[in-house]
Amino acid sequence: MAMWQKEIETMPREEIKKLQSERLVWQVKRMYENVELFRRRMDEKGLKPSDITSVDDLPKLPFSYKQDLRDWYPYGLFAVPTHDIVRVHASSGTTGKKIVVGYTEKDIKDWDDCVARMMTALGLGKDDFVQVSYGYGLFTGGLGAHGGATAIGATVIPMSSGNTHNQIQTMVDFGSTALCCTPSYALYLGESAEELGVTDKLQLKAGIFGAEPWTEDMRHAIEDKLGLKAYDIYGLSEIMGPGVACECEYQAGMHVWEDMFIPEIIDPDTGEVLPYGEQGELVFTTITKEGFPLIRYRTRDICQLIAEPCKCGRTHIRMKKPCGRSDDMLIIRGVNVFPSQIEEVLMSIGGDITPNYQIVVDRVNNTDTFDVNVEMSESLFADDVKSIEKLEKSITQKLRDVLGIGANVHLVNPKSIQRSEGKAKRVIDNRKL
Amino acid sequence: MLIKQLSVFTENKPGGLAPIIETLGKSNIDISALSLADTSEYGILRLIVNNSELAVTVLKEIGVVVKVTDVLAVAMDDTPGGLSKILEIFVHKNINVDYMYAFVGSVNNKALMVVKVSEPEAAAKALADAGISTAEAKDIYRI
Ligand SMILES: [Zn+2]
Repeated sequence: MAMWQKEIETMPREEIKKLQSERLVWQVKRMYENVELFRRRMDEKGLKPSDITSVDDLPKLPFSYKQDLRDWYPYGLFAVPTHDIVRVHASSGTTGKKIVVGYTEKDIKDWDDCVARMMTALGLGKDDFVQVSYGYGLFTGGLGAHGGATAIGATVIPMSSGNTHNQIQTMVDFGSTALCCTPSYALYLGESAEELGVTDKLQLKAGIFGAEPWTEDMRHAIEDKLGLKAYDIYGLSEIMGPGVACECEYQAGMHVWEDMFIPEIIDPDTGEVLPYGEQGELVFTTITKEGFPLIRYRTRDICQLIAEPCKCGRTHIRMKKPCGRSDDMLIIRGVNVFPSQIEEVLMSIGGDITPNYQIVVDRVNNTDTFDVNVEMSESLFADDVKSIEKLEKSITQKLRDVLGIGANVHLVNPKSIQRSEGKAKRVIDNRKL
Repeated sequence: MLIKQLSVFTENKPGGLAPIIETLGKSNIDISALSLADTSEYGILRLIVNNSELAVTVLKEIGVVVKVTDVLAVAMDDTPGGLSKILEIFVHKNINVDYMYAFVGSVNNKALMVVKVSEPEAAAKALADAGISTAEAKDIYRI
């Protein structure tokens, strides 16, 4: 089985832990010296860098948050002088101010290695043509995939996003064997290729899809339409960009590259560290990053870590696809509910297109009410009342199976769910808590 | 023979049908038969109109979910037993009747029924063999 950095990727667990301890001690010391916010937070807790001697001390360290990046915009959290920074990336996010991150030359090399490990695992190499259809620019997707593909010696086709016909023409003419883009764009490309009747001219083997949530059903639909194997990649610009965690050839969760990033799962309310396997908020500490390091960064992604060894032989822990954002989490009758879970159920029923939906939560007589409105669509509609009742029952049943609590499902007129700026408002919580 | 029926999804709430009827009226589309199958929460409005293609277009424009189904328009004697004669033919041929409803007008002094069956083609042939006429699209659209 091909590996990019076999010694690191298959390093025994005890050795990974030893390496992490050394690197964490180094990182805490230099951040204490160079990053004012981190120094202040350590001082507030009465902690000195010398109190941190191994990864076991990690839970003592203070958390960091997205808001920190906004408060110290643009360069306030960099740990090196800007003359050592060779590139910046930025994202605006959906709310408020931009955030900026910086990379040293070595940071870029480490990033390339993260992505190269994945591409090698998927069987890509010098003979491959990697079409990068993520956006290039301040967004990390385009250049992140580009760097990894360059590292493995593949031929990069730097398409950036958009212009669908041209994307497909390029795939056909240039013989692209791998595609990197968002999963929704991959699905769209697949559908367009079908419409153009060129599906059988595609030579794609592997697709690397990330930067937005997607489901197993979507994976199958993409694989089916583009005739490739679809792999998940996870990352966020605050930590590195795409490649922080990557699926291997077994498509069974994403290996977090633990020689560079230490993942933890915590209870989002108490901040307490949870054992592997439990669901909670994902937290990362970057232990090799020079330019823009973060200690215990709260990603707001809710997921699980899988400690069991992977069939591929890599020893690095795997993370499941995040099932939601801690910001989006609803607690209904004491049960955690994520809009993404509802989306997944609706997608499994609606085929390729997820019907529009809205969750309405209220409290009546001290009990939470939980309604899910689903817009009727042509693919769901049938000319008989029995089928519609059956549809409603099957949505209700599947929601109960997935969520563990019952919802009142209502089929509503198309386009009747209120939208703001083109996006449907997913959650209405009328409870006065 | 077979004619086109439009089925439209509606929520069962006051005024729910109004935009549909208004939209058809504005485009000068005449409704020659109409029925509503409903539950407490929603319904299916079934329509026979004089220009089904245009109707589908204008309804989709206002965001209505609409499906086109083949149905039979059966002319029957307006006498007792007229209906049971037809149902017997279907039973004999193992054809299921999903639903039926009446037209607003009549053709050649015969009552017209919209009949939705499991196998429309076979049903039309069975009726023709038995000498029972089914209305053509052009007859319907003149009602
Ligand atoms: Zn693996």
